[in-house]
Amino acid sequence: MGCVQGMMMRKALQQSLVPVLAVIAVIVAIWYIACVPMNSAWTAQQLERSGGTMTVTEHIADTWSQERPRLPSPHQVGAELWKSTIAMKPSSKRSLIYHGKITLTATMLGFAIGTGLGILLAVGIVHSRAMDMSVMPWAIVSQTIPIIAIAPMIIVVLYSIGVQGTLPKAIISAYLSFFPVVVGMVKGLRSPDAMQLDLLQTYHASKSQSFWKLRLPASMPYLFTSLKIGVAASLVGAIVGELPTGAVRGLGARLLSGSYYGQTVQIWSALFAAALLAAALVAIISLIERIVLKRMGVAA
Amino acid sequence: MMLVILALLIWVVATAGNVWLANSVYAHSRTIKLLVPAIFGLTLLVMWELIVRGLEISFVILPPPSMIASRFASSIPILWADFVQTFLKGALSGYIIGCGAAFVLAVIVDRYDFLRRGLLPVGNFMAALPIVGTAPILVMWFGFDWQSKAAVVVVMVFFPVLVNTVAGLRDTSDMQRDLMRTYGASYSQTLIKLRIPAAMPFIFNGLKIATTLALIGAIVAEFFGSPTVGMGFRISTSVGQLALDMVWAEIVVAAIAGSAFYGAIALIEKGVTFWHPSQRT
Repeated sequence: MGCVQGMMMRKALQQSLVPVLAVIAVIVAIWYIACVPMNSAWTAQQLERSGGTMTVTEHIADTWSQERPRLPSPHQVGAELWKSTIAMKPSSKRSLIYHGKITLTATMLGFAIGTGLGILLAVGIVHSRAMDMSVMPWAIVSQTIPIIAIAPMIIVVLYSIGVQGTLPKAIISAYLSFFPVVVGMVKGLRSPDAMQLDLLQTYHASKSQSFWKLRLPASMPYLFTSLKIGVAASLVGAIVGELPTGAVRGLGARLLSGSYYGQTVQIWSALFAAALLAAALVAIISLIERIVLKRMGVAA
Repeated sequence: MMLVILALLIWVVATAGNVWLANSVYAHSRTIKLLVPAIFGLTLLVMWELIVRGLEISFVILPPPSMIASRFASSIPILWADFVQTFLKGALSGYIIGCGAAFVLAVIVDRYDFLRRGLLPVGNFMAALPIVGTAPILVMWFGFDWQSKAAVVVVMVFFPVLVNTVAGLRDTSDMQRDLMRTYGASYSQTLIKLRIPAAMPFIFNGLKIATTLALIGAIVAEFFGSPTVGMGFRISTSVGQLALDMVWAEIVVAAIAGSAFYGAIALIEKGVTFWHPSQRT
């Protein structure tokens, strides 16, 4: 299955490069056009105050280069991103690398905790009927509720007992990545069919042997699918975890302070940094997935 | 200390009971299947209550379930107002607009292969991004009231529904499409009579994912500014006042709303896709 998927993906990628670029170009174009009506009121206001006049082209150009536009133009966001990542020292308080690193640490710590516990629980569920029947319905129900609502409370409660910094955010991240991993991993560990399990029984394989040699390898494609969902959820958890306490560090804090002070360019660049981070994390997991599945002989 | 020991005792008894029930001959009956998780959940609540009281943990930090329940019961009018503001006005209207727009775009995208190949990877990419981050921008544009929450929800539910619908519209076999052609069916007839019904399981998959996202979007958007009503507003202000029983009551509301929303969509799915193998029991 992985092999076909991989091949299809690569083929689809080659076929879709031109359409994807075209779509992105259209999106950027719409973005530029949208800047004009969004920002022109401000330009007109400034003009009225100074009493000067402007040609239409000048007016449009101005909507693309305001300091605090309602909708910053793509090149402004790009410039801010460049300025606050590459051109700035990573230790600076305004560098997105600095803030990104803080969010990333919480995300990775939480993701590791959540995934580890999730896999453990899934193993328990597969091997114990009682655990399956008592925990699994709750794990499924918990996916339908907005658990992110407890984020502010976790932060404040842990703060009041003296725990702050990375750990509270990591707990929220762990909580968010936990349930997708449990559900996916249970599915994966159950994916070997009766015939394969019977075969191992005829080999007189022990429970642990059939776990290590059949169930665990068979669960890998499912595991990686849920890891990709889980890592994205972890990042959202870490970002949201930075909101309620008015944190001053991290991508979420950049979003919040940007929204307090009306620094739209800052919000957009933090948003894009978060998006790039999410994309990079998912890409890394896809890469590991491909390597692991290839070594297992699943993918070509 | 007695209470803690009592809690552990109850845990042991309940677990033993569940193990016995799960391995009994009736384990596959419906009652047992509901009873076992119910016992587990109740045990957790009882243990929570007893341990908080037994270890004398400050109620400010971790209120026991009984306190949360009484707070819930005593502030139903507030909770209802928050529910109306966040769920009915913000999440639901955004959900309908976002899912509707995604469906329409999916049908258009499906018609043109170039668009499908271009938009689908972009949509897949967008669906994995932390879109809640757009909340401060949209709150700035649409103001503090529910319109901005609905806008966040629209953006959040749009891509999962789009991607799933486009995938679903392609889920007919050549044979089925050929049959429609031999009937002389037009594009719109094929679409309405074959391809949209065939896409329903996929569409509902997207719609179900979107229910949770809608609530998350509406609640998180209120952290960035809201009128003095709403679930996200209540959570963030109550946390500030250390009124954690109120926060828990609000979480109970969110949990009920979330599972009921999901359940409602799942019920509609059952009615619409009764023919699909996954719905047969």
